[in-house]
Amino acid sequence: MKLRAAFASIVLLGSVAACGGGDSSSDGPVTLRMTTWSANEAHVKLFTQIAADYTAAHPDVTVKFDALPVDTYTTTLTTQLAGGNPPDLAWILEGSAPDFVSSGALVPLDDAIENPAELAPSATALWKQDGKLIAYPFSTSPFGVFVNTDLLASAGQKLPSGADWTWDNAIAVAAATAAKTGKQGLVPRDFEYKDWTNLAPIFDGWGAQAWSDDGKTCGFDQQPMVDAMTFIHQAIFTKKAIPGPGVAADFFAGESAMTITQISRASLLKDGKFTWDLVPLPTGPTGKYSVIGQGGVGVLKQGKHVDAAKDFLKFFTSDANSAKLAQFFPPPRTPQLTADTLAKSNPLLSKEQLQSVVIDGISNGVVKPSHADNAQINQAVRSALDPMWKADADVPAVLKSVCTAIQPVLAK
Amino acid sequence: MTKAIRRQDRLTAYAFIAPQLAGTVAFVLVPLVLVFWYSLHEWNVLANTFTFTGADNYRQLADDPNVPKVLLATLFFSAGLVVVNLSLALLLAVLLNQKLRGTTVFRVLFFSPVVVSLVAWTIVWRFMLQDNGGINSFLDAAGIDGPNWLRSGGTAMAAVIVVQVLKNVGLNMVLFLAALQGVPQELYEAARTDGASPWTVFRRITLPLISTTILLTSIITVVGSLQVFAQIAVLTEGGPGTSTTVLVYYLYQQAFQFHAFGYGATLSVLLFLIVLALTAVQWQLRKRWVFHES
Repeated sequence: MKLRAAFASIVLLGSVAACGGGDSSSDGPVTLRMTTWSANEAHVKLFTQIAADYTAAHPDVTVKFDALPVDTYTTTLTTQLAGGNPPDLAWILEGSAPDFVSSGALVPLDDAIENPAELAPSATALWKQDGKLIAYPFSTSPFGVFVNTDLLASAGQKLPSGADWTWDNAIAVAAATAAKTGKQGLVPRDFEYKDWTNLAPIFDGWGAQAWSDDGKTCGFDQQPMVDAMTFIHQAIFTKKAIPGPGVAADFFAGESAMTITQISRASLLKDGKFTWDLVPLPTGPTGKYSVIGQGGVGVLKQGKHVDAAKDFLKFFTSDANSAKLAQFFPPPRTPQLTADTLAKSNPLLSKEQLQSVVIDGISNGVVKPSHADNAQINQAVRSALDPMWKADADVPAVLKSVCTAIQPVLAK
Repeated sequence: MTKAIRRQDRLTAYAFIAPQLAGTVAFVLVPLVLVFWYSLHEWNVLANTFTFTGADNYRQLADDPNVPKVLLATLFFSAGLVVVNLSLALLLAVLLNQKLRGTTVFRVLFFSPVVVSLVAWTIVWRFMLQDNGGINSFLDAAGIDGPNWLRSGGTAMAAVIVVQVLKNVGLNMVLFLAALQGVPQELYEAARTDGASPWTVFRRITLPLISTTILLTSIITVVGSLQVFAQIAVLTEGGPGTSTTVLVYYLYQQAFQFHAFGYGATLSVLLFLIVLALTAVQWQLRKRWVFHES
């Protein structure tokens, strides 16, 4: 087994994997490793602070945070597992939650969570199997729209509010601002014509679903998705409100009028050179809605110090630390989900913004699409959607081809 | 007595090759055998299970509708790369072999990408090839509306090939230069005295005398082209569609992204067999067209 693990990475990618040789039974000093996808300075500072507090009470245990690039996060994590170098704790992206939760890679956490009754059922749904909590959703972060109000003003545009905050108006303002300023309009962050799940904050407004609730039937060829994708296609190629494929634009560097992303990104605006606003997703044809992205943290069964890792997780996710983490990652603990509590740790956001985007968002939000065999499905959708990103694309035909590509995997 | 000496000689010889042999066994032969062993298993990394499934993965390989597309993309890439790389390298070598001022500067210029980090080189090219990137801005200035290089099937593959050629053409160029400089001058003088045209001189004297180098560079380039990975991962991630998903990238997707390590190993057995077969064919052909071998 160890031989297999040690050689796997060398063989398949030519990279050398470190072979774990630690002694699991020793009672000596323990170093726990937690993989994350955030190298954000403010996040890391908070994590190391929590870890230092833990070490103060448990001098034998130190915790190391290992930030991996988010776009290859799951691949890197599974490569570490295959190479016999598993972390003790790992963040899990919501997309790969079904794979991790159902595979038995993580140990159940029911005895490792403080006051589990506080956890919102909507937040834990994705992370449970057979009634057991497999990973703790430390971040339940709704998508919102960040707006560069300086850029809008310089283009003579006003941010629509109330009943006027609809997708049609949002796209019109984005298009007008882009045309007047020479910058970009609306950027669905991290989409980049690859990660289509980041379009969910738009297409959910049409009631569109990537697949049915039971995950067995493809939804791309259904009318709501056709309408939503036609809208997106026109926003890109006709109205020029969304930057086209291969065009890079970073909202947080002032390069676009708006971006759709999660509120945990607000920390990027700490030293912002422009004035900005955060508003909920615009109203779609099916009315008001919201979309949530989640991050879970779990303890790996293959890790060398499972008990120590569980104990640290209990501390990391305790009421007190959950409140600290809330400044970046909206917690799943219901008593902490009030505008007053969140405002204490979110100096960048106003109470109204927290109420309308975060609290309302979490209570009625739909989680971004996820499915077992996530990577395979994502890759198939992505490559079948590619023909859509051209001005003369036949949108319904492309969406039909997406279903042809993924239906066999969904039906498995 | 002689027997004892002979035995000692043999032991000494083994001792000398032992370090090299140990490396080859540990890092080439053992992994090779293990890959074959893995290819007979279903290996789920998340669940940490490793089950013997016999020829199941090979059956999956035969039925996989993506494999023909992937092999075709690999063929396009390799053929394009070998043809463009070798002809450009030879052309540059012949030009830079002239006794003119400044050729050294050009030699350094064409060779320098070889020593640049592959990923850094490719990332810079990704920015250049973006729709609003350097190349299209340049074309814009000239009044040409450039294509979205990395986003349409035909140009994406061409772009990956060109980026790879520019990265490595210098190495083949230097090998060709060395070979050209090894051609005895008196043969050229004799040919010219006989009134041969420059083209005839090139075809009848230069080409045959550098044919060993052509064989060497073509083997290196073919084998290298089949193992292309970083360029694809950075530039196109196998897209648009699956148009640039070459075999190694597909293998990576299956093993590391889809967690199907057993099937990934099966694909690497296929890659190994293809490289082996191609190298064997080239090696056999050498007798026909390599001058020194006939």
